[in-house]
Amino acid sequence: MRETFIATTTALLDEDPRTALVLADISAASFAEAHRRHPDRVLNVGIREQLMAGVGGGLALTGMRPILHSYAPFLIDRAYEQIKLDFGHQDTGAVLVSIGGSYDAAAEGYTHQSPGDVALLDTLDGWTVHVPGHRDEVPAMLRDAARHDDRVYVRLSAQENSLAHPDGSRLRVLRGGTGPLVVAVGPMLDPVLEATTGLDVTVAWTNTPRPFDSDGLRALVTTGEVVLVEPYAKGTSAHLVSEALIGIPHRALHLGVGRAEVRRYGTRYDHARAHGLDPAGLRRSISGFVSWTRS
Amino acid sequence: MHMTVMTTPRHPVHTLLSRVTGDAKHAPSAHSTLDVLWVLYDRVLRITPETTEAPDRDRFLLSKGHGPAAYYAVLAAKGFIPEEWLDDLGSWDSPLGHHPDRVLLPGVEVGTGSLGHGLGLAVGTALGLRAQGFLDTRTFVLLGDAELDEGSNHEAIAYAAAIRLPITAIVIDNRSATHGWPGGWSGAPTWISEDGEVAAMSDRTRAGLSVGIPARFPNWSVSVVNGRDHDEIEKALRPVAGRPSLVVAEV
Repeated sequence: MRETFIATTTALLDEDPRTALVLADISAASFAEAHRRHPDRVLNVGIREQLMAGVGGGLALTGMRPILHSYAPFLIDRAYEQIKLDFGHQDTGAVLVSIGGSYDAAAEGYTHQSPGDVALLDTLDGWTVHVPGHRDEVPAMLRDAARHDDRVYVRLSAQENSLAHPDGSRLRVLRGGTGPLVVAVGPMLDPVLEATTGLDVTVAWTNTPRPFDSDGLRALVTTGEVVLVEPYAKGTSAHLVSEALIGIPHRALHLGVGRAEVRRYGTRYDHARAHGLDPAGLRRSISGFVSWTRS
Repeated sequence: MHMTVMTTPRHPVHTLLSRVTGDAKHAPSAHSTLDVLWVLYDRVLRITPETTEAPDRDRFLLSKGHGPAAYYAVLAAKGFIPEEWLDDLGSWDSPLGHHPDRVLLPGVEVGTGSLGHGLGLAVGTALGLRAQGFLDTRTFVLLGDAELDEGSNHEAIAYAAAIRLPITAIVIDNRSATHGWPGGWSGAPTWISEDGEVAAMSDRTRAGLSVGIPARFPNWSVSVVNGRDHDEIEKALRPVAGRPSLVVAEV
């Protein structure tokens, strides 16, 4: 996904003079050629993430369309107040593109992991959040975001589904059933499909959890039972599920990255297992939810 | 010594300032910015109430959003906002808050209040203007000396110097920084003017090279002025080519 982001952003810089890229050293080498061609619009501020956001905010104030990029914990967690004030409070926007997600950087440790990025943006108004499940979903997200001035977050990850799905802006049913609804966000689709093999559930998917497809959820929750599987902090979307289903008696299970820090290195597969987000862990949780329903 | 000091009670902006009420908490800092703001809007900035949306207008960013009474008074004196607005500060129905909001106020470039945001926004603004070919448009940002303690400023200070970005930062020095001035910094000068112009500097500027605020702005053009002297302020705000410019206004 990172390579797709680099290719698409490089093309956007060539095609649209409004596009500007602000980096804080991360991925700077990959944009060296773009910087040579557009020295005024490819800006590497060094390891200064507060400034990266401030520069993005200033660019937006002059009518440019800034794209900011770094590891999720540096882009979002570290510069949270700059994101809050230098964009939202100024009534401007930007495209924030992160890599690393919740635990791609497993061996790097917790400093390089941001399970809370989407929850942090949920405290702010007007952020569209894209969580692509496959690299081929990325170009359309970036090209669409470059065309307007709103606030957009694109959360890239090393975890990918085997297939790309072209339109994930709303909930799409990818496996029909008569039982509970299981919603997979972004790259959680493949683990969810594997985990629910043989279970009578409906599996729906989106790569755009914000704005949340409340109408789609209401239409699909036929049994009043929903499982939400997100690749970031567990329960991040709980408040939106609750709001969407107000007036509908329902039961919900939220699966995602746990709050407790996993003080182990290893790989992202190890961390998925530790958080119960591997197919086996998901199957345990979802089966328990389903059997509780039927008992 | 001749000084063109504005702060006489007869100046019309004082009448306007006195109409701004309800800001007792921040009163000293409000008045510390008055003369610099007046010089900016009266003599320097290429912006009028008719050009607040012009893409090539000069930009002034009040980073130090605290104590904006003087800012509001100058904006009213220059016709950006109605004088009547000054009579109502911080109420539910007033667009004038204890910190300014760009969405509510014509002519206000940024909403500030949390310290340490304006300089980074100014760097981005100047870069955006340059990328769009507005090479004659100037970008100014005003900070307080206590605000300078926020680390985010130092990310912007270093970067602006590294890319030789010709923005102008004005620091109002009313010695309000905890640990920041004058005892927080000592020792030899951290840099020598590359143009060898130290000898030509005023005593006030030279004194600031090794201690105080200018020492925090390596590789910026530096001048330290009496923040009440209009001619001195205006002279220090003249464009500097090829690098960022710091004006410390002592008040």
